[in-house]
Amino acid sequence: MTAERRGAAVEIAALRKEYVSGAGSVIALSNIDLSVSPGEFLCIVGPSGCGKSTLLRILAGLDTQTSGTINVDAAGWPVQNAMVFQDSGLFPWMSVTANVGFGLMTRGVPAAEAAERVEAALKLVGLTKFRNHYPHQLSGGMRQRSAIARAFVTDPGMLLMDEPFAALDAQNRVILQAELVRIWEQTGKTVIYVTHSIEEALLLGDRTVVMTAQPGRIKQIIDVPFPHPRNLMTLSASAEFGRMKLDIWRVLEDEVMRARAEEER
Amino acid sequence: MNSMSATARERALYLISPIALLLIWQVLLMIGIGDRRFIPTPTDIAARFGTMVTSGELALHTGATLWRVFAGFLAGSIPAVAVGLLMAMFKPVRIFVDPLIAAIFPIPKIALMPLLLLAFGFGDASKIALVAIAVFFPVVVNTYTGASNIEKIYWDVARNYGASQTVLFTRIVFFGALPTIFAGLRIALAVSFIVLVASEFVASKVGIGYMIWNSWELLQVDIMFVGIVTIGVLGLITSVLFQEVERKVIPWKAE
Repeated sequence: MTAERRGAAVEIAALRKEYVSGAGSVIALSNIDLSVSPGEFLCIVGPSGCGKSTLLRILAGLDTQTSGTINVDAAGWPVQNAMVFQDSGLFPWMSVTANVGFGLMTRGVPAAEAAERVEAALKLVGLTKFRNHYPHQLSGGMRQRSAIARAFVTDPGMLLMDEPFAALDAQNRVILQAELVRIWEQTGKTVIYVTHSIEEALLLGDRTVVMTAQPGRIKQIIDVPFPHPRNLMTLSASAEFGRMKLDIWRVLEDEVMRARAEEER
Repeated sequence: MNSMSATARERALYLISPIALLLIWQVLLMIGIGDRRFIPTPTDIAARFGTMVTSGELALHTGATLWRVFAGFLAGSIPAVAVGLLMAMFKPVRIFVDPLIAAIFPIPKIALMPLLLLAFGFGDASKIALVAIAVFFPVVVNTYTGASNIEKIYWDVARNYGASQTVLFTRIVFFGALPTIFAGLRIALAVSFIVLVASEFVASKVGIGYMIWNSWELLQVDIMFVGIVTIGVLGLITSVLFQEVERKVIPWKAE
């Protein structure tokens, strides 16, 4: 079952981010225009250093743009956004339950209601048995599941995900991708997902934004036509998937080469 | 089960070196190397220890010393943790407090004893104040170091998930710094015994330090050793208790 698509709408216009340091300035993002519709799963791919994480951090309120505007319409959502970080970012001194409930505690959700919601979120990611564990007692995959639960439990208008599965081994990544798609299909929230894997972008998203090497601009936006619900294994084995992967790689290739040349210079 | 007996065995191994030292000490004196009037044997000291325990004299001095350590340790470490956390969170606090720490930390705290006697008199208060001051510095520095080295991602998560300043302070900065705070508290515990015993030498009529100093003036060398050993034992016991507390308070610290 695919839920009705609902979530925050995002409108980004002429966004620019410049880092000024003693030696000079670095343009991380330039001329970013992008609109994300409610309930869309948008993936952003690009070579390392293209500013894709910076864009996400600005959306998350952890960084500010140099110029340009961002409009997020999250009316009706208790929380505008929740981010899932690459290294889970679970607090080592809190149990899984306390970590997952963190965003509820900070917002003063009554304890009884919070406990209920945390329980539901733990169930959603299959971690009920581990609720009293500390993060160091969990595997990398379980930690990322907890981080996903922590984000979903706050019922945000949009989820911001910064290469959440990049540090996992291949098998865990496949499992978690499938779970994420399942959870997203159930909830239908807006997701902005940064990755460096074309394959991941195609498996998960409705559209893929390809960014240029530094300064980060939007090079192309590609529609991903695969219907939901998706079976990631069969999907990744299909001819259409392979063809699209190659298409996007062609778009991305120059940028990756350019980023490499830049690094070696 | 197996790991339990392994740790028990390891703990037992820790006794080898002290026991060997005592044996050598005893044997050397018994075969006539060294003067027993000035250096009593471990058994002489043990006998004196026994009489002092039964007379209640040792308990009196130990009680006074422990109370001063305990009160001074709390009075010094609680504000130190608070100030250290505030320094890490607010730059103005850091700018204000940093030079004071840099200037006062290196002063041997025992040098403040006459000043404290003027301020607090000859009673417990002056000794407790001295311990508190001596404890404050290692704890404040460690707390600040621990709190300012909390990984950036935890600040990011806290901000993204709507943490208020209060939540940041009580749930993130404090706990994130806790392992380092405990390292500071451990140093502080040793420091508090050091300065307290020194202050009791000159400025007290009760306490282990007084007992040691008084026995030197009366040339009761065995009492002196009882005092020294007692301090060592107290240090050991408090340090073991401290480790237990640490294990309870920081359960996430990877073993």
